[in-house]
Amino acid sequence: MGIFTIILPEIFLFLSSTLLLMVGLFYRRINIINLLTFLLIIFTAVLVIYQPSSFGFNNSFVNDEFSKTIKVLILIGSASTLLMFSSSRRKLNIDIYEFPILISFASLGMMVMVSSNDLLAMFIGLELQSLSLYVLASLNRNSLQSSESGIKYFILGALSSGLLLFGVSYIYGFTGNTNFSLISATYDKDSLGLLIGIVFVCSGLAFKVSAVPFHMWTPDVYQGAPTPVTGFFALAPKVAAVALFLRFLYSSFGETAADWQQIIIFLSIASMIFAAFAAIAQSNIKRLMAYSSIGHIGYILIGMACFNFEGVQSLIIYLIIYLVMNVSVFSFILMMKRKDEYCENIDDLSGLYRHNPFYAILIALSMFSLAGIPPLAGFFGKFYIFMSAIKNDLYLLAVVGIVASVVSAFYYLRIVKIIYFDEPSEKFDEFNSSSLNLIFFISSGIVILFFVYPSPILNIGNYAAKTFF
Amino acid sequence: MTASLLSFYIFSTVILLSSLMVITSKNPVHSVLFLILTFFNGAGLFIILHAEFLAMILIIVYVGAVAVLFLFVVMMLDFKISLDKNNILQYLPIGFFVGVVFISELIIVLINTKFDLSNIQILVNPMIKFENLTNTEAIGSILYTDYILYFQLSGVILLVAMIGSIVLTLRTREGVKRQSIQSQLDRKYKSTITMVDPKSNEGVDI
Repeated sequence: MGIFTIILPEIFLFLSSTLLLMVGLFYRRINIINLLTFLLIIFTAVLVIYQPSSFGFNNSFVNDEFSKTIKVLILIGSASTLLMFSSSRRKLNIDIYEFPILISFASLGMMVMVSSNDLLAMFIGLELQSLSLYVLASLNRNSLQSSESGIKYFILGALSSGLLLFGVSYIYGFTGNTNFSLISATYDKDSLGLLIGIVFVCSGLAFKVSAVPFHMWTPDVYQGAPTPVTGFFALAPKVAAVALFLRFLYSSFGETAADWQQIIIFLSIASMIFAAFAAIAQSNIKRLMAYSSIGHIGYILIGMACFNFEGVQSLIIYLIIYLVMNVSVFSFILMMKRKDEYCENIDDLSGLYRHNPFYAILIALSMFSLAGIPPLAGFFGKFYIFMSAIKNDLYLLAVVGIVASVVSAFYYLRIVKIIYFDEPSEKFDEFNSSSLNLIFFISSGIVILFFVYPSPILNIGNYAAKTFF
Repeated sequence: MTASLLSFYIFSTVILLSSLMVITSKNPVHSVLFLILTFFNGAGLFIILHAEFLAMILIIVYVGAVAVLFLFVVMMLDFKISLDKNNILQYLPIGFFVGVVFISELIIVLINTKFDLSNIQILVNPMIKFENLTNTEAIGSILYTDYILYFQLSGVILLVAMIGSIVLTLRTREGVKRQSIQSQLDRKYKSTITMVDPKSNEGVDI
């Protein structure tokens, strides 16, 4: 029994979703299947929380405070995606019962990624997650855009997996190990081949977190994929890939930090600046959110570049706040319907204030929070990140970050201006989907009221960061 | 000349010739068949190297699945590629470049090892505890113990691949009449045939 308790949540998630797959074949009530998947994801999160810290399978699979925190975040992201799916599945032509099953398989892959302490486990988790995501992106078979986004994601994803594997083979060749702890114990600091390996693995992982210059797929995939899937892309896989990136660099190459810090600093600066300027010209809100997520990854990478306790802590806090803000925005995007048709253009929001002042103020506050304006949650996320950068003498990163967030405030505030001051366009349909309203209100509540009682989220950051230092 | 050396020369000659035929033969079906011949001879080379597991995998996976898939595609698409001289000249420089790169890599390896290939033995038996086992046994003995997690997770990946391909390709069309064996078997004599006794000049109500 002993060894199975280490992967108990994963085994539970796998067996129950396989069971649901079979149930769904005969009992085609998609709502029920979706609800059951939702419940089992919540139950998996509970299992993760109550799991003792442990490691096993030749130290290739670890459960520590960090992995537990990230896993719970991922499962929350997946659960809110399922709520988004339940309200929009008919209209978006993704009315297939495999959707929740694929989401739970993707979550399984992400849980393996987060817990992996070995190059092999890392790659297998990554592939399990990506394969489910490729299918999810092209799920709407009648839409050309959806198929395009799936194919694009698949081809570029396969390319990045190739880069990653190439790097993995270099690391294995020059250290003789695949285990992160053994790699850190045995490597030769001056080895050039090892550095090449790190660069290639970093490129592969930078693709998965969509950091510039490996971001090309993001806008097209975000725009083309069905909206709940776009929401999922922005929520869970980003968090998982960041966690994997961090564990890979910290556990195996902690002592050569100076080498890979340069890579992370470059990725971070490029992402922040590129996203700030490229998003200005966008008119589609899903595309805008894609650029916004590239920018946020830039800020998250600042925390990773710090390589100390404060850095990891601020990174976790930022990830939590990023997740909450994205849930809020994407649940609102799914409510933007006019005559039962989904609207995706930013101009469709014009004059929302006249018709729905309450929703208008919540979405405006979410936008303020994304821009990082006090006293909303987004401000504190950026605040902690910049503080830890300054404490580590990474002044360049902090300065570029602040400049980029001022520039990016332009396009967030443009949405607020459109909502409040533009000529009102036609009224939206009633916002009557209870599941969307639920997650919209909870997430906007957290965004707005974070400053009143921030200690739970700060404590989570503290708890998770202990793992590495 | 030992038997293994003789078979090495036979296998490698056939490999070179048949792979040449893969790219020069005009009929795509012939190309695929020559590809299969190449795979078989490659498997023979693996057996000479005592890597019988790889040899089996090569035949099962590449010949059994991939090459048959190729054959399917070639036959279904029914395309005819004309192989004129210009086409070959067009690809010649890049092919030549790749060939030069490979040959120079080989030469560098040979110079670095000073033509002393005794290290090869380490590659054949990397782990001492498996010295007396065939490599199928060696792989089997760690695949299901030390590497069980990866093995099972790879199975999950294959399951997802299967679900994905079904989700993306299976379409249920409306209005197609299908044979339902259940309802055919459920039909009873009483529910399908009614006996009526028509009177003349009045017809029957159905």
